[in-house]
Amino acid sequence: MRFLRPLALVLVLMATGGVASAHEFEIGDLELDHPWIAEPPPGAPTAAGYLEITNESDAADRLIAVRCVFARKAEIHEVTIDAAGTMQMRPLPDGIEIPAGGTVTLARGGYHLMFMHVAERPVAGDMIPVTLIFEHAGEIDVMFSVQKPGMQDDDHMDMDMDMDGTMEMESGQ
Amino acid sequence: MTKRRLIVALGILGLAAALGIAALAVRYGGGENEAALQPVDIGGPFTMTDQNGETVTEQDLLGHPSLVFFGYTFCPDVCPSTLAEIAGWLDTLGEEGKDLAVYFVTVDPARDTAEALGQYAGYFSPRIVALRGNANQTAEIAASYKAYYKRIEMDDGTGDYLMDHTAAVYLMKSDGTFFDAITFTATPEEAVAKLRRLIAAS
Ligand SMILES: [Cu+2]
Repeated sequence: MRFLRPLALVLVLMATGGVASAHEFEIGDLELDHPWIAEPPPGAPTAAGYLEITNESDAADRLIAVRCVFARKAEIHEVTIDAAGTMQMRPLPDGIEIPAGGTVTLARGGYHLMFMHVAERPVAGDMIPVTLIFEHAGEIDVMFSVQKPGMQDDDHMDMDMDMDGTMEMESGQ
Repeated sequence: MTKRRLIVALGILGLAAALGIAALAVRYGGGENEAALQPVDIGGPFTMTDQNGETVTEQDLLGHPSLVFFGYTFCPDVCPSTLAEIAGWLDTLGEEGKDLAVYFVTVDPARDTAEALGQYAGYFSPRIVALRGNANQTAEIAASYKAYYKRIEMDDGTGDYLMDHTAAVYLMKSDGTFFDAITFTATPEEAVAKLRRLIAAS
């Protein structure tokens, strides 16, 4: 099965009358911004997903699990690099707290969604459905856009999609 | 707050920059003569095989400046980001950096086949030489570079595992000695400035 292509996504959006122009999703008081997966090199068995989660309510929530069909195993991970320069990547079995009124960013060198045993290699331009599960807000299906890993996060272009299917690139700050 | 700053704050990252390598030499050098360990101790003998099946030893690092980076293909975050950045540095340097050799050393030879490793590295730049050895050869090159790596089992019954490893990029001079290191938090400008100094010193 191929991943949903942008056109298909637009059709989905139109069918559900859902998310308007920006590439963001909402569930209750949670806003999920710029979900993206770094295009893995050929032969890589894993992929990483990133996004920004804002909690507009006055109660903390928690991202507790992630589910998808394109990889056999999906987890929430954290990368740390200590003062001696050693990188550690670890699963977070309790997930990530999203504090009340706060924003948590999953980004390179910090938190990521870890997709393991990827069945079909995600390629830049693909849109991949992923389900995020929050302790209080529940489940939300999010489309992750696959992008080349060539740039640091603050150099990334944010991809917005209009209802007519045209993509707008804007420089992310 | 820029995302980069946020990443720094989030990651509890290696702020020690180049000093981190000195600390690393002390930390992983082991033994009672730790205090005597200096960055100059980084670099030394190894025998590995590249993606074309050619043997590469420390002798191949002589005569040109080199970058050495340890990682593994199961890593979706720091390893690909760093290799993508290295490719970006090479682009920025252009002609100026034409003599720079880049070595990507797997710390996970059990899973990283020569083919997978070559594909992985080649995706970022055809100039990256992917090095693989058996367990002993991997231990040897890591010891020569005072690089740390450790297998961490994922206790979910799948048999999957992760690798902790040194994430800094080593800058080696054309005489095979250590010059400096570039850490994950370095900006492209900082990294390229360091590479220019490496090239000038080589
Ligand atoms: Cu991970």
